[in-house]
Amino acid sequence: MESNNQIIKNKKNNINKNETIWGYLFILPNFIGFLIFTLLPVLAAFLMSFTSWDGFNDINIIGIKNYLMAFKDERFVDSFVNTLYFTIGSVPLTIILAMAIAIALNKKIKGINAFRAVYFLPYISSVVAVAVVFQALYNPEFGPINSVLHAIGVANPPRWLSSTTWALPSVIVMSVWKSAGYYMVMFLAGLQGIPTYLYEAADLDGCSNWQKFKTITLPMLSPTTFFVTIMCIINSFKIFDQIYVMTQGGPGTSTSVLVYNIYYEAFQKYNFGYASAQAFIFFLLILVVTLIQFRGQQKWVNY
Amino acid sequence: MSKVKNKKFVNKFFLYIILILGAITMVVPFLWMISSSLKLNKDIFNFPIRWIPQNPRWSNYKEAWQAAGFTRVYLNTFMVAISVTLLQLITCSMSAYSFAKLRYKMRDKLFLGYLATLMVPFQVIMIPQFLIIKNLRLSDSLLALILIGAFSPFGVFLLRQFFITIPDEILEAARIDGASEIRIYSTIIMPLCKPALASLAIFSFVFSWNDFLGPLIYLSSPEKRTIQLAIRTFQTINGTDFALVMAAAVCATLPIIIIYLFAQKYFIEGIAMTGGK
Repeated sequence: MESNNQIIKNKKNNINKNETIWGYLFILPNFIGFLIFTLLPVLAAFLMSFTSWDGFNDINIIGIKNYLMAFKDERFVDSFVNTLYFTIGSVPLTIILAMAIAIALNKKIKGINAFRAVYFLPYISSVVAVAVVFQALYNPEFGPINSVLHAIGVANPPRWLSSTTWALPSVIVMSVWKSAGYYMVMFLAGLQGIPTYLYEAADLDGCSNWQKFKTITLPMLSPTTFFVTIMCIINSFKIFDQIYVMTQGGPGTSTSVLVYNIYYEAFQKYNFGYASAQAFIFFLLILVVTLIQFRGQQKWVNY
Repeated sequence: MSKVKNKKFVNKFFLYIILILGAITMVVPFLWMISSSLKLNKDIFNFPIRWIPQNPRWSNYKEAWQAAGFTRVYLNTFMVAISVTLLQLITCSMSAYSFAKLRYKMRDKLFLGYLATLMVPFQVIMIPQFLIIKNLRLSDSLLALILIGAFSPFGVFLLRQFFITIPDEILEAARIDGASEIRIYSTIIMPLCKPALASLAIFSFVFSWNDFLGPLIYLSSPEKRTIQLAIRTFQTINGTDFALVMAAAVCATLPIIIIYLFAQKYFIEGIAMTGGK
């Protein structure tokens, strides 16, 4: 006769086996799709970047030639630089705006839900729809923006999307407008985690609003701020839709960004291998930023 | 004392002014969009801007609808979005349950794999994805869009984080009572997670509806177009009929705004969930 321990052990083993089977069964549907449509492409993307392939003829393995070619390619370098330019231009503006709105909305004012709804509206609307509207607004001859400028006496207003200097800033403004609401929601959540007794204590000490902001709000918000900044940076690296609709990378290459160039090389020039190399450089950029997030979270987030 | 009260009132007053100005800035492009969609193309850029057109041309909508085949387009977009959402809800919740509550050897390593690919943006894998779809003979098909969208690792991640918070005792009790894993999943887990599921559903649907790059790559026949592609029908080499473009833009945005107005809570909570690490 088996000892009690043996019986319990056997039962546990059976339970474990049962759970294992169910464990795998449950992840199976999603995992198959994940394998074919996500994992496989990730591996293939890396491998393909070492080839020159147009999708039809044979695959030629050309090693790191694609990567070397990329850095000598004016279009690619311009795209890389423009992407950084766009990020540096849009991220601080977006973060400051989002934080300011969140702080303003966090006071006990009437209609906070309505305000929050309105500020979030641009984020959920279709990028293409918004892009065509802004394209019309920015129209250098007839658009309302320049009409207003003419009316107040500006003789030669900038040609916005048609000007190599002003095209990217114009896209930046539109993108900040569109995405501020999203980060505002995150800041709101972060603000609501700050204990109110801190502010009450500061009031008793007679602190000014600015002092309260500097010594309570900013530090307590720093984890959120950090996370939001990283997300904003990564999202701004990925920008594509607005560029495609509003400027197609132009005038010239003044608004060509990394993703736009990848799209262009892959789906208009059919240089799949070269495009994959560019895509992987793009990925490395994001990876670096993400790693900075992991490290920085420990160092800079302070209470 | 009244001096302090006055100061507080003034501060609040300014706060309201700034918030209202900001709100107006957020809304003005939409108002312009709607207003222009009801005008004749040649009147759109008249200055000073006439916000409410004299004779609203509702016929613009009819024209845009017919010229772009909007009935078909709406159907396409809706089918893709619903399919992606349902597939996400079902397969991601099953995987999330497994990763969160079931115990087996490879579990955490597999989940790590999911996490790792989460970092790789769509734009990096879109080329091989395209080639895989091509080899499956699914180019220029809505099914391609559905397959690409349904298996994003994000849903698994989001739900798993939520499922972990369910106390194990409930599940153990159910198991002792003899419930199978399927029953536990369907009668305990799913009802408990309605908010997370609602948020995931909304994110999936809106993301799929607003998706532009996917349809741009995979769809070429006009009758398969989704709504984001259809907006640009009226931007031809012969010039742009802005009025029709605006009408199309309104049609593309309106459904999402309606969903948003009704389901605001789930949008906001979903974002707070991803942000609140």
